[in-house]
Amino acid sequence: MTEPLYTVRDLTRIYRRGPASVTALDAVSLEVARGDRLGIVGESGSGKSTLIRLMAGLDRPTSGTVRFAGREIQRLPERDLAFLRSEVQMVFQDPRGSLDPRMRVGEIITEPLRSALIDEGRYRRDPAARERRLREVLNAVDLPADSAGRYPHEFSGGQRQRIAIARALAPEPSVLIADEPVSALDVSVRAQVLNLLNDLVRDIGLTLVFVTHDLSVVRHLCTRVAVLRNGKLLEEGPTPQVFSQPASDYTAQLLAAVPKVRLG
Amino acid sequence: MKRFTLVVGLVLVCSVVLTALVSLVWTPFDPIRVVAADALLKPGWPHLLGTDAFGIDIVSRLMIGAQTTLQVGIIAVSIAAVVGVPLGVLAGQGSGWVSEVVMRASDVVYAFPALLLAILFAAAFGGSTWTAMAAIGIATIPAFARVARAGTLHVMASDYVLAARSCGTSRMGIAVRHVMPNIAPLIGVQASVAFATAILAEAGLSFLGLGTRPPTPTWGRMLRDAQNLLFGDPLQSLWPGLAIALAVLGFNLLGDGLRDYLDPQLREVS
Amino acid sequence: MTDPLLIVSNLSIDFGRHRRPALTDVSFELADNERLGIIGESGSGKTVTALAIMGLLPETATASGSIRLRGNEMVNTGDRELAPLRGNLMSMVFQEPMTALDPTMRVGRQVAEVLTLHQHSAKEAARSAVVAMLARVGLPDPERIADAYPHQLSGGQRQRVVLAMALVNSPDLVICDEPTTALDVTVQAHVLATLDAVLDEANAACLFISHDLAVVSQVCDKVLVMLDGRVVEAGTVAALFNDAQHPYTRGLIAASRIDQLEPGSRLPQVEDYWKGNDA
Repeated sequence: MTEPLYTVRDLTRIYRRGPASVTALDAVSLEVARGDRLGIVGESGSGKSTLIRLMAGLDRPTSGTVRFAGREIQRLPERDLAFLRSEVQMVFQDPRGSLDPRMRVGEIITEPLRSALIDEGRYRRDPAARERRLREVLNAVDLPADSAGRYPHEFSGGQRQRIAIARALAPEPSVLIADEPVSALDVSVRAQVLNLLNDLVRDIGLTLVFVTHDLSVVRHLCTRVAVLRNGKLLEEGPTPQVFSQPASDYTAQLLAAVPKVRLG
Repeated sequence: MKRFTLVVGLVLVCSVVLTALVSLVWTPFDPIRVVAADALLKPGWPHLLGTDAFGIDIVSRLMIGAQTTLQVGIIAVSIAAVVGVPLGVLAGQGSGWVSEVVMRASDVVYAFPALLLAILFAAAFGGSTWTAMAAIGIATIPAFARVARAGTLHVMASDYVLAARSCGTSRMGIAVRHVMPNIAPLIGVQASVAFATAILAEAGLSFLGLGTRPPTPTWGRMLRDAQNLLFGDPLQSLWPGLAIALAVLGFNLLGDGLRDYLDPQLREVS
Repeated sequence: MTDPLLIVSNLSIDFGRHRRPALTDVSFELADNERLGIIGESGSGKTVTALAIMGLLPETATASGSIRLRGNEMVNTGDRELAPLRGNLMSMVFQEPMTALDPTMRVGRQVAEVLTLHQHSAKEAARSAVVAMLARVGLPDPERIADAYPHQLSGGQRQRVVLAMALVNSPDLVICDEPTTALDVTVQAHVLATLDAVLDEANAACLFISHDLAVVSQVCDKVLVMLDGRVVEAGTVAALFNDAQHPYTRGLIAASRIDQLEPGSRLPQVEDYWKGNDA
């Protein structure tokens, strides 16, 4: 039997602020297999952002372990995280905040390629290869090639999220972690970005971890779903099953709360 | 209104710079040579602002004084920025104890006014333009470190830094590519304000005789020479005082104007 | 027959000559007790419309046309004449409840301030009116909440406080600008239900702005669709849903029906229906 790509065991993260402490994540365990599309659902304060930051090696847990591709990552220093950094990329909620306003789009997208940790620094030494890759990913997210010379503020919200997705794709990752990538977008733009993600995940064979509060998006995009509340994992399972027979009342409440068009 | 501040600041600063540049090649009279017969002339022709107690043309002395003022300002602010900004970025990026050490050290330096530091330096090495510049520069380091640290903390909390970290950009890469460009406007504003403070400090040190040595004319020294004549010939004190005030005002206005002009929130609207 | 509460006719708004007009020739009416939704994406002019009705446009804006609220002309009218109308005749609920509340003031006092500003009522009477209002917007233990500071409340509670501020003077018109966009889904559902109930109870008309038709339909039966500063379509939610006339509206509705589709299939996009005016 092969080991899952991600194995999260009893992951706990407690933030301390003076005498007070907040348990953002409380003994969460789950697995992600290669090719999975996992939806992580929860509202504010559920710990969903904390969980993916720990999975991406951007924060350290108070206790518990995160195994990626057979290695525990939670205690590794940054220089030993090359295998994680080149495999796992992130897309954030608000593209206004996740793109440096003072960098050109071309620089933003090729930033991961300039890291010594990505692909053993292959792109870092080869500007021509970076340039080629830049054109490839701009094409993949349907942005014109001349976008590279412009600044983020010259683009609409949907286009900015495409730029963020292009940056995540640049180092050819196998896992994409998306943190509420469509919730800051208008309904009209949401469909474009979801279609793009769907196509990319299918064509490249990406493993997707998709964080959201919107269950209709999970139903559309994800094969499995995990529901978090107050830092605890309430349930986890195949999407159709969780949607038809939610194991917890809270999941049922979430399902009922999704606004549907009311006719008359 | 915001543009007005910036423009007035720029005009004042440019006139000081221009005066200093012109004085490198030309002044109406020799700014050093004593002409006893011409002592204490009233403003008129050919001495537009009159002459001082040694018969030296005041316009010429003011022009040369602008050189010293700018020289001290540029070097002192450069020392402060070159040392203070990296320290501030380090403190803003680093773990708790690095930040703590840097900020406490800067508190200690902050506790020494430039004047006190200059007196110490003058006592140790003898007063000169260089001790004045070093003292003012060192005393201004904490101001830069604080501004840089605050700006860095803000940038480090942004999603684009998180994005950069998640794709393996090193701490140094983040500092150079994200933090520095984003705090540059803050540093520019701080530099302008620090320049104004440096001019004042330099004038104070020359006034006390702890700065640039005679015979090189400085605005502070002119003020000191004029104070004996404060009641007999008050105009003697007015000219260097006015020069100092206008230069300080210019750099302060420039700083304020830049702050408003570069404020990204204000720019987002336009 | 009496005149409608609000008549907007041929409203156009510019922000400087070199920029695309924010609104072009917008006209609509709203009767007493009626509710109207405005949908459109960011930049379509829906928020500008709301600000114009409140008389809160920035100074750089030039407006032409007319907005009559209960017979009062609002366009190009000075702040001194408008101020008494705000809160009394109309009020507004903003998107972000944290920035709409003063962080240094207890929320009870903030609600009371709106009340006393307009009615000069006695302090004790104001206090009981405030507590009653907080209870009406569904806040548990309103006495305690009145003494709390904004940061001590959750996002949903804060938005309920903002709602209480908007309704405490029983205005004839409440304008809501994306009031639930910043809230969690379960909280959004509750706040929308509360809004629906208190509007009914207060006999207030409502202008509800959102980019999400599903959210608008929780509160309103009639909807205006805005695109690039113009009203492209108006009608009941059911009419738009079943028989939209403008291709943009059809695209917007198709894109919002994600829950009706086969998982993993391609979502319809607005561009499939509407390529924009320049295409």
